[in-house]
Amino acid sequence: MIETDQYTLEFEKPLRALAEQLETLSRLSDESKVDVSLEINAIKTKLEQTQHTIYGNLTAWQRVQLSRHPKRPYALDYIERVFDDFQELHGDRRFRDDAAIVGGTAFLHGQPVMVIGQQKGRNTKENLKRNFGCPNPEGYRKALRLMEMAEKFSLPVITLIDTPGAYPGIGAEERHVAEAIAVNIREMSALKTPIITIVIGEGGSGGALGMAVADCVMILENAYYSVISPEGCAAILWKDRANAPQAAEALKFSPPYLKNFGVVDEVLDEPLGGAHRDPDTAAETLKNAISCCLRKLQKLSNEALLQLRYEKFRAIGRYSENATK
Amino acid sequence: MPIFSKPQYSTVTVKKKDIPKDLWTKCPKSGEIIYNKQLKENLMVVPGSGYHFQLGARDRILSLLDSETMVEQDAGIESQDPLEFKATASYPQKVKQYQSKTGEKDTVVSATGTLLGTPVSIAAMDFRFMAASMGSAAGEKITRAIERGLAEGRAVIIVSASGGARMQEGILSLMQMAKTSAALARLGEARLPYISVLTNPTMAGVMASFASLGDVIVAEPEALIGFAGPRVIKETTQQDLPPGFQTSEFLMEHGLVDRIIPRSEMRAQLGLLLKALYRAPATQKVG
Repeated sequence: MIETDQYTLEFEKPLRALAEQLETLSRLSDESKVDVSLEINAIKTKLEQTQHTIYGNLTAWQRVQLSRHPKRPYALDYIERVFDDFQELHGDRRFRDDAAIVGGTAFLHGQPVMVIGQQKGRNTKENLKRNFGCPNPEGYRKALRLMEMAEKFSLPVITLIDTPGAYPGIGAEERHVAEAIAVNIREMSALKTPIITIVIGEGGSGGALGMAVADCVMILENAYYSVISPEGCAAILWKDRANAPQAAEALKFSPPYLKNFGVVDEVLDEPLGGAHRDPDTAAETLKNAISCCLRKLQKLSNEALLQLRYEKFRAIGRYSENATK
Repeated sequence: MPIFSKPQYSTVTVKKKDIPKDLWTKCPKSGEIIYNKQLKENLMVVPGSGYHFQLGARDRILSLLDSETMVEQDAGIESQDPLEFKATASYPQKVKQYQSKTGEKDTVVSATGTLLGTPVSIAAMDFRFMAASMGSAAGEKITRAIERGLAEGRAVIIVSASGGARMQEGILSLMQMAKTSAALARLGEARLPYISVLTNPTMAGVMASFASLGDVIVAEPEALIGFAGPRVIKETTQQDLPPGFQTSEFLMEHGLVDRIIPRSEMRAQLGLLLKALYRAPATQKVG
């Protein structure tokens, strides 16, 4: 079956054109009983080639668009496919439940785990609830509550990152979102249980890091993880948000760079054209990566685990040091 | 008309160059004019209105430590250009400009010394240096200051001022938040006190890491402190911001800031807090 509406992004235009040709031809052949199978096959080949050309050479900005694709699998889509018997646990026991972050117990190959994810909405109604995946302080505090519970009962923690950033709101400031993120970062650095993080979509700055201080940080190939959104960077340095594509290049936040900087440990392949083309396969990749990583981490003592976690983040950064007088 | 074609006051222009610039400063709060020398002697606080101008990192440390006890640390650390960042201007060029403007290598100055007798490891951020944005150099110096406190059994003081993480070093800047906060977790386990001093302005990535993690968090009066910038919040929410939003006073009222301390009393009050909280580790010799 051919779907022309699956090519909705600007750079997918050539694919949409080919898909439309295909559709027209197959309709023609159905209606007129003229044999156009040769033409159809030729276009199919062309479509496949073009897919490889386009998706094999994505720019940083194009990857950002894929990471924000409205059909991209979100945290709950993965949780449902990767884990069994997810029991969502709500609320921070302080203020309220923040639906931009979901979390709870689940099982991976029968082993209990704590899984926590940042959750976007699929439509306007959902997004009102999920706040477009922009957590408030209570979301981070809920995440910490669940992580501490995981430590108490010796469950590994798996966090799924997908946020444009923590919510810039009046209430968020009044309830100290910066402090909530800071405390999470500090406590995660010393949490006595394995932590695995996968950036599945947008890794938006402090809002992402507040759930991403992990023993192993992985990222999907069309996700990004950045100190600032490309639009925000463009607005400051170019004085124009329209320069976001240039900012996306300049920030070097695509997965290969992140791996080179020591910020991520592994880049996970997505189905051709993005995870939304085949969520099941994408979830399978995630499941294998998490299982493999967990096996390695669970061989370590807590002391070794914490020491390695400390050293991992301690080593990140590039500076020079000259001897002084 | 010819009389205007050639300037007759060229001597005046020359003379103008002889007059030292920046002799006087106008207080943005009260409008009063203050002699710069007097302002400097008063740690950049306007005597009449109490308005706090930003204070350089080196002057800050000198204003807090017991005289002659300051030993600067990690002075040779400098930023690199790991992203080969190019926007409208090149990043290394920008850094050089700020280095010659401020005389500092980057935004953080760190030192050891004593504060009213308590051994401390102290770091301060200089807002004049690229809005005190935190990149790898700043993160490394802060982390080492914390680790030095831990290794030598000193209390830690960090005087923050920052626009946030430094964009030009991309994700590496973001990771400095993790590095510094992880070091604070270890300091806490050793029961060594950490006092975070917030000054105007302390925002974003710095606020969302070590600046928010003090055992005690104090602020200078009327400083802008928060996570998201007020303009971004206004644009996102389309709401009017409450009066005094994101000021030190607002944050004390909302339960984040322990105390607001005017600069003139900072040394004395930090001394009292340290006297109450700091115990020299039994096994280590410090001073």
